Amino acid sequence: MDYSVTVGSLTLANPLIAASGCFGYGVEYADVVDLASLGGVAVKGLFLAEREGHPPPRIVETPSGMLNAIGLQGIGVHRFISERLPELRARRAVVIVNICGTTLDEYVELARILSDAQGVHALELNISCPNIKEGGITFGCSLPGTHDVVSAVRKVTRLPVIPKLTPNVTDVASFARAAEDAGADAISLVNTFLAMAIDVHTRRPKLTNIVGGLSGPAIRPIAVRMVYECRRAVKIPIIGMGGIATADDVLEFMIAGANAVQVGTMNFVDPFIWTKLMDGIRAYMDGHGIVRLQDIVGTVDTSAREKAWISS
Amino acid sequence: MPVDIDATVIANRRLSADYNVLSLAAPEIAASARPGQFVMIKTSGGQDPLLRRPFSIFEILRDESGRPAAVSIFNKRIGAGTTLLSRVEPGTRLPLLGPLGRPFEPVDPPAAAWMIAGGVGLAPFVTLAAALAARKTPATLFYGARRAEELHCVELFEAMGIRVVLATEDGCRGAHGRITVPLEAALHDRPLGNPVKLYVCGPTPMMRACAHLAAVHGRACDVSLEQVMGCGLGGCYSCVVLARGAGGGAPHHTRTCIEGPVFDAQRVVWEAVAGH
Repeated sequence: MDYSVTVGSLTLANPLIAASGCFGYGVEYADVVDLASLGGVAVKGLFLAEREGHPPPRIVETPSGMLNAIGLQGIGVHRFISERLPELRARRAVVIVNICGTTLDEYVELARILSDAQGVHALELNISCPNIKEGGITFGCSLPGTHDVVSAVRKVTRLPVIPKLTPNVTDVASFARAAEDAGADAISLVNTFLAMAIDVHTRRPKLTNIVGGLSGPAIRPIAVRMVYECRRAVKIPIIGMGGIATADDVLEFMIAGANAVQVGTMNFVDPFIWTKLMDGIRAYMDGHGIVRLQDIVGTVDTSAREKAWISS
Repeated sequence: MPVDIDATVIANRRLSADYNVLSLAAPEIAASARPGQFVMIKTSGGQDPLLRRPFSIFEILRDESGRPAAVSIFNKRIGAGTTLLSRVEPGTRLPLLGPLGRPFEPVDPPAAAWMIAGGVGLAPFVTLAAALAARKTPATLFYGARRAEELHCVELFEAMGIRVVLATEDGCRGAHGRITVPLEAALHDRPLGNPVKLYVCGPTPMMRACAHLAAVHGRACDVSLEQVMGCGLGGCYSCVVLARGAGGGAPHHTRTCIEGPVFDAQRVVWEAVAGH
């Protein structure tokens, strides 16, 4: 059976990618997960410099989900290349580096540095983190901003460029189009939904940062809808995510239009989720006589809404 | 290397309205756990609560032939997850990931070991006490709670030959007041030539006070920190505390799951640790 996915010049062995921000730099999981068995590893968002992130508490649980406001704590691109990338390379991981800048020039600089590093397979542009004030989301919430950052990075790298889109916009499909027009090889969506939780006894927000990003199964139906809308808007591959917990969830995203998926929050709940997802995908393909997994992408059958039984 | 198993609940022993000890069949975890390590438990089969909860391994339980067969956790009912664990029936299977985290390093004689526990902070000390007893390190447990009814499982320590000093804030059992009162007296009385290491787990203000006393008296002090954790494996960066590196330098947000939960108390920037 063929599980492979092509993203620009890159071919992933399967569609399962560890989501950025949910898998450290990958090396943290090397003892429990065979990193080479994953379609890819999207490492924690990197700036040029080290960052301390927000003070704790940084997460709070909500029904079927969680809010986070980590604030992109990170070791910076140079320490990543010298301290983490060699092990990822030794473990034969397909490394997707998530990059964040406060200015266009910083994205370009990061892309240049990482294009010269051995063992980086793709760049995911973080233009959607809801938890930092500067940069990032300001590109992701503006159509010209999205276009500019993608085309600027596109000019300086041969690596596949994958902008990660925010769901905190009115029409995500228009952002997908802006990314495609600017030369993106693929898009990934969705980042987290800006959200808030309050302790009613103290009347204080439960997060130090006051607001945070909602992830987990709670957001999945919204994310599926957004992937579906983007599939109708663009031709480039889509990497879908949002609360994937089971193989059926992976398949749902793919049928909605995702070529690959990322798993984040549920990897916290079950770090051994990957083999379970692959087993479920294999069983589905067996049961439905599918030999090439990509054949299900975007095959959602909406014609049924025309039929009498659904309106009766 | 941590493993994840569907552990069967063997026993759920109620200690009081708020406390219970939950025993889970987990031979692999029981065999490899070191003192002060923790497990991540999924408290519900569903998605509310969604995330696992970290618990210190309370006891290593052995079968008739003496082989490690199970672990227990010392649970205090506080939120949704701990409430589920207070009610769970024997036979239930719960996903159990572990052992995790940096363990306590037990000192060797002639140094003494003083364990200082506040409330549910007793949890990591049975395994440490066993390791200390095995190397014949003279050990004392200082154990405080608000009320006498909240002091539990003291007999586990006495059975291992650990000296026990108790304190309650209402004065009904042991010294009257906080556990730092008898601790401070003991630190004051101990000749400087007699080495002792402190191991502390409890509410943040108590750990902060113990760290301060240890520094004032020039004694080594390790603390076991509890923070809200997402994954337990270093993936999410939720459980950070502000701490200096092992070699000093500026403090950084440091993951308690993989660089802790045990820290040298002098590394921790206590003013920045959320108090509870």
